[in-house]
Amino acid sequence: MWIRMLAAMLAATLVLIALLSANAEYRLFMPGLLEGAVLTVEITLLGAVLAVFMALVAALAKLYGPLPIRWLSTTYIEIFRGTSALVQLFWLYFVLPQFGVFLDAFLVAVLALGLNIGAYGAEVVRGAILSVARGQWEASIALNMSKAQMLRRIILPQAFTAMIPPWGNLFIELVKSTSLVSLITLADLTFKAQQMNQTTLKTVPVFTLVLLIYLAISLTVTIVMRLLEQRASKGLTRGRVA
Amino acid sequence: MMWDWTFTFEILPVLARAAIMTVQATALGFTIAATLGLVLASIRLAFPVAGVVVTVLVELIRSTPLLIQIFFLYFVLPKAGIVLDAFTAGVAAIGIHYAAYCSEVYRAGFENVPRGQWEASIALNLSPWNTFKDIILPQALPPVVPALGNYLIALFKETPLLSAIAVLELMQTAKNIGSETFRYTEPVTLVGVFFLVMSLVSAGIIRMLESWLQRR
Repeated sequence: MWIRMLAAMLAATLVLIALLSANAEYRLFMPGLLEGAVLTVEITLLGAVLAVFMALVAALAKLYGPLPIRWLSTTYIEIFRGTSALVQLFWLYFVLPQFGVFLDAFLVAVLALGLNIGAYGAEVVRGAILSVARGQWEASIALNMSKAQMLRRIILPQAFTAMIPPWGNLFIELVKSTSLVSLITLADLTFKAQQMNQTTLKTVPVFTLVLLIYLAISLTVTIVMRLLEQRASKGLTRGRVA
Repeated sequence: MMWDWTFTFEILPVLARAAIMTVQATALGFTIAATLGLVLASIRLAFPVAGVVVTVLVELIRSTPLLIQIFFLYFVLPKAGIVLDAFTAGVAAIGIHYAAYCSEVYRAGFENVPRGQWEASIALNLSPWNTFKDIILPQALPPVVPALGNYLIALFKETPLLSAIAVLELMQTAKNIGSETFRYTEPVTLVGVFFLVMSLVSAGIIRMLESWLQRR
């Protein structure tokens, strides 16, 4: 139901982009913007992989690690949630080289955004793990499973279903925060837009197209996550009861 | 090149002055977000047809980057004859962006008020406006304070984006210091520390407010 509405919105956005591209003034900008969009999508995908990985590691460390590891993971989460994504991006890009660590802008972008979203994701993963009914833990103990077996076979698969919707929101945040990489000179969608705006002064077509392209990317992410949610929850009655 | 304390104390006053601008932007932006969000949610509640337009608008704002919206207000609006200075355009963009999020929070608040409250107000012959103002709002608002608080912190952390249109807030000041002295370590780190401390402090205050509201 919701998916159909979102699909209709996506279709409308794409049709609008196509219609606008029929206009010569708009068509001029499409190749450059699409080039930028490819970089935006690349950073989003790689950032998402890093974010999910960091979130799982940090959440498990915070829940089950020995005390020092627990502190380390809490520090990571609080620092990356407490400061601004732009500050983190600038820190990795401008400050690390002064300590002798040189990373290229693309790597910095993926690292900063992945670590940032990963910190938010860690709390999502932690919440989802804690939301699995207590009886499931007790049953696994009764079956004499080791802690690792319990997590892998019983708890995580159930937590996974609960995680998908909040991850969907975080991935949208990720798509939106990729626009920040333009400020460390990566030629993403936003960077291309600014460049074209400065060289041609055709402000209205450029920024209209950029908004629509970002909208199309975000809607695609939302639709994919909703489909995933639908598949994961099929045949599963999640027990929210104690 | 390691940390330089003398340099740190030299730039600290400059950054502190810029921090005031950051706090101003946050306060103004959040005022816009909280008010406009309430207006949007109320429109959705009162006029279902206009509500569809609001819903689409909210989705559009939430699915596109804030940076682009800032550029939009700063570069595109002048083409329509509306010229805003950088600070106004930036703060307006941030406020409108977060209004979209806040309107969802208010909506949840409205939906939490039991239907019976509306029916009872009709039975008491209260006008819709009085019902809304005296019965619904006082019940809908307190539970949503924590959620609004989260968006206050999120909004605060987005203010460095204003540096993209050269508003002299913390990040822009740090960038300026960096490009003048070729030392980015201290200014950028200090900005990070400032945001971290402010976020933790505000999170604490919101938690206190939350428990105070619960006790009442």
